[in-house]
Amino acid sequence: MSSLVEIRELTKAYHARAVAINCLNLNIERGKIIGLLGPNGSGKTTLIKMMNGLLTPTHGQILINGYEPGIQTKAVISYLPERTYLSNNMKVYELVDLFCDFYADFSKEKAYNMLSSLNIESSARLKTLSKGTKEKVQLILVMSRSADLYILDEPIAGVDPAARDYILKTILTNYNENASILLSTHLISDIENILDEVIFLRYGQLLMHTSVDDIRENTGKSVDTYFREVFAC
Amino acid sequence: MAWALDSDRPIYAQLVEKLQMQIVSGFYHPGDKLPSVRELAQEASVNPNTMQKAFSELEKSGLIITMRTSGRSVTEDVDMIKGIQLELAKENIKEFLENMKQLGYTEEEIVTLIKEMTKEDIKE
Repeated sequence: MSSLVEIRELTKAYHARAVAINCLNLNIERGKIIGLLGPNGSGKTTLIKMMNGLLTPTHGQILINGYEPGIQTKAVISYLPERTYLSNNMKVYELVDLFCDFYADFSKEKAYNMLSSLNIESSARLKTLSKGTKEKVQLILVMSRSADLYILDEPIAGVDPAARDYILKTILTNYNENASILLSTHLISDIENILDEVIFLRYGQLLMHTSVDDIRENTGKSVDTYFREVFAC
Repeated sequence: MAWALDSDRPIYAQLVEKLQMQIVSGFYHPGDKLPSVRELAQEASVNPNTMQKAFSELEKSGLIITMRTSGRSVTEDVDMIKGIQLELAKENIKEFLENMKQLGYTEEEIVTLIKEMTKEDIKE
């Protein structure tokens, strides 16, 4: 089977001196959980936004399931942006209904199960919830779809360690061998046990795409420690 | 509860050790059916592909056996389990001896000390 995502010579220049992604080549296989890692300004979010069709490449191509970002790819990608776009005035159950209307692969049952195991009232208005709880709601909505590709931009940054464990469990439970999960984070040590592979970005270029156990085997270090060495300031 | 894993060694190798330990210690008995890869991966909070790799490793060594229709089970070969137990014991002792030598003990002193300490345990 062909790769889930193929990225060829992808470049995004905001202007001549701000090249966020520079001639990137990358393949993402099915059935993997992949960490997208890199220091601030290395191009992670720019790459993610291009994959979701929110930014247009300056040059090069992204193919997901053989399609360029568009209607077909949005139907199979479940995307958690770094910032919320949900209306603060909506109640949680209204958001569930909204997602159910928008996405054919959305499961209300999954959503309500996760909401109740995190003790989130579905009648609560989003603006009455704490920052961390809002993030949980958003992640629940995203993980309640059965997509081919989940793209999670900083999914665990704002939540407490116990909820982080629950979120990682959620990711593992919903994972299936035809889907892949691409997640960007700075909290590497929290997630490296659940990753297959890591992608290191630097200055918009691919520095490394390898498995977690290969890094540990070859360097005798955790990915977190290795990252700190590679990107030492 | 997630399994306690070191952060600087390959994950699959540590999963192999944990599963070996569970079999040797009798947590799983000879011939017992094992949980699925997915269940164990969730229990350990690790990637299912990594757990799968650990299972493959244990299958290669013969400690666990895959049945075509009914999942995986622990071998019924008690001698093999005993053999792995002995191997693990030797590794532990080797590591212990190295640590004791770093502390400045000779092998005879180590043996004497062990004898004394185990006698004390018996008295208690």
